[in-house]
Amino acid sequence: MTALLILIPAALFLGLLGLGAFLWALRSGQFEDLDGAAERILYDDDLEC
Amino acid sequence: MAEIALNEDIPTDAPADVAAYIRTDETGIASLNLAVENLHCGACVRRIEAALAARDAVTSARVNLTTRRLALHWRADQAGAGELLGAVAELGYRLVPFDPELLRDGAANEDRTLLRAMAVAGFAAANVMMLSVAVWGGEASGDMGPALRDLLHWISALVALPAVAYAGRPFFRSAWGALRHGAMNMDLPISVAVLLAAAMSLFETISHGQHTYFDASVGLLFFLLIGRYLDRRARSKARSAAEQLLLLSAAAARVVGTDGKVRALPIGAVKTGMTVRVAPGDRVPVDGRVSFGQGAIDASLISGESEPKSIKIGDWVHAGTMNLSSPLEVNVAAAGDDTLLAEIVRLTAAAESGKAAYVRLADRAARIYAPAVHLLALAGFLGWWGLGGLDWQAALLIAVAVLIITCPCALGLAVPVVQVVASGLAMRRGILVKAGDGFERLAEVDTLVFDKTGTLTHGRPELVNRAAVAAPVLARAASLAAGSRHPLCQALVRAAGPVASRLEVHEQPGMGLALGGTRLGNRVWCEVAAASPKDGNSELWYRESGQEPVRFAFRDRLKPDAPAVIEKLQKAGWRVEIASGDRAEVVEPLARQLKVSQWRADCRPDEKVAYLQDLAQSGRKVAMIGDGLNDAPALAVAHASLSPARAADVAQAAADFVFQGERLVPVAVTLLLARRVRRLIRQNFSLALAYNLLAVPLALAGLMTPLFAAIAMSSSSLLVTLNALRLHARDAP
Repeated sequence: MTALLILIPAALFLGLLGLGAFLWALRSGQFEDLDGAAERILYDDDLEC
Repeated sequence: MAEIALNEDIPTDAPADVAAYIRTDETGIASLNLAVENLHCGACVRRIEAALAARDAVTSARVNLTTRRLALHWRADQAGAGELLGAVAELGYRLVPFDPELLRDGAANEDRTLLRAMAVAGFAAANVMMLSVAVWGGEASGDMGPALRDLLHWISALVALPAVAYAGRPFFRSAWGALRHGAMNMDLPISVAVLLAAAMSLFETISHGQHTYFDASVGLLFFLLIGRYLDRRARSKARSAAEQLLLLSAAAARVVGTDGKVRALPIGAVKTGMTVRVAPGDRVPVDGRVSFGQGAIDASLISGESEPKSIKIGDWVHAGTMNLSSPLEVNVAAAGDDTLLAEIVRLTAAAESGKAAYVRLADRAARIYAPAVHLLALAGFLGWWGLGGLDWQAALLIAVAVLIITCPCALGLAVPVVQVVASGLAMRRGILVKAGDGFERLAEVDTLVFDKTGTLTHGRPELVNRAAVAAPVLARAASLAAGSRHPLCQALVRAAGPVASRLEVHEQPGMGLALGGTRLGNRVWCEVAAASPKDGNSELWYRESGQEPVRFAFRDRLKPDAPAVIEKLQKAGWRVEIASGDRAEVVEPLARQLKVSQWRADCRPDEKVAYLQDLAQSGRKVAMIGDGLNDAPALAVAHASLSPARAADVAQAAADFVFQGERLVPVAVTLLLARRVRRLIRQNFSLALAYNLLAVPLALAGLMTPLFAAIAMSSSSLLVTLNALRLHARDAP
């Protein structure tokens, strides 16, 4: 049963990591322009010919 | 013609109205927010950003395709705003500055709050459920000691309680708001159930009890927040009419001073009695009389009619109309809030606010549901305590169990899921659903009132006597017409296909075009002696020197599928009417052709509103289908409304649905879809109700366990979601 003492905190930590990543994405504007991001990828602005 | 517009005495740097919106910070970086007109796709975004990035002064330029806005930052000492905006304007995009503070209506913040709450609830639900499964497993196998069970309960409490406190706020706030006003809404039973479940579970944990409902309380919140977020997103798609109008009104007026010099003034600073110059292609910024120049204006924004109106000195022009041919000077009679344009917008706003608030199906259900559920729980408590002989704690547990099991999880998803699936279906057919409750209202409609121009018809003149004209003649005439903005000339070019434009063409305002001895224009311009046939068509004459004049006839034609769609709608039981701002002699034959017996002509915007209100008074539920700015008030006042995508922005903003394409069939598609949506929503309510009828007796009997609650909750939510997806299955072409 001592395994639980490691496994439960580990599970909670991983969950919190995911939650933190989502909240970061939300705050840094990753969901601001969903249409634009979908189309931007089609243009190779960074390739200077 | 064009050079006249360019050599005006306009300061190239920061027109007065733009300067007001520029914010410069202490490091010398200026920032400006602009709404972009004519923005369509990623390519447009790239062109604008590339044009701006090529300038050294620009530190960042970012176009948001979703909101169609440009955020521009540049070093203020290296470039002026006018120079940068000019670069974008050259690409053909009109920019209108705005103050982001004014547009921040809190809707975006609300969305984020919901999303954050949903993320937290999701995290808590997953982790608490993991612990609960361990508890249930231990209970079933019988080898879990009470100490370990208590430990798992405590960890659950540690995760669930803060999550409930955070993620439950949207519901608590709304329930408290309703309660304070003495009302009941769906959030009240939700809040009570979630809070009671959490409190009771904490009590059970402290007293080493066997059952806790932490998973139920966060699980409920998670499901409900999904429903709430979907609902909210559907609604926030509808941008307000006022916001769109920002794009419409001309940004600056070119005022002619007493010294003859032209200065740019913000619209707000223009006073009655001033003289304003309007270049070809610009919108008239004020109401007033023409004091210089003649030509044609496009008044479609005001009247909804596509045919250009010819004007001369002394004629009235209204704000929002577009100057088509030559420079005009207008003596200002009314500016800003006093113009007809502003009046129509006020009429729209008044119609929107005056419309009786529609009570959505879900809210109507809540009015019965919430009190019923609370009474049931109270009855359970009193029954077990007083008559059943239980102590009050055990009786309270049963009452809480009833509240948890009846918590309207499936009800919360019943409407939004159907709504989202239906919006997705509509979107694929080119129909944009703007109002969250649009389908519900549209399903109740029994009468359809169509506008004529631009809705039943294409809204622009088309060449009708192509067969009577030799193809080479048409091509030569079109190459003459290619340089003109006049709608008839543009119709000629459309009919002829791609032609080379002739730059040396001379345009005589109000008359026509000339190239050497060849002329294209009205009958006087081409010196036509013969009388025109009285067929109600607009005409252009074309004459090559020494040749007989050729007549091109134009008419605004019905959309090709209009007769079939109208007949289908009438057969399906809807009453169809036409209300047009056009003349009776144009509307009457069209109504006869479509077999519509109820039609009205010469309707002003306020008359359309009054007519729709009369219909509503007589008990009819009316859907308005229209496109012009003149239709906007009627669209707002109708029970439901549809607008084609080529409509004026304000009309689009006022309508519940916007459909794309040159055809009318989306109207029928939307109406039929709305009826199916209503049927599915009702089915979902029935499913949720059936689930309650099954579960409530078990809870009242004291037979409910946390495992049972979790299964019942998830399966009922899954059931309504799957039922909503049937909309897809039956839509297969």
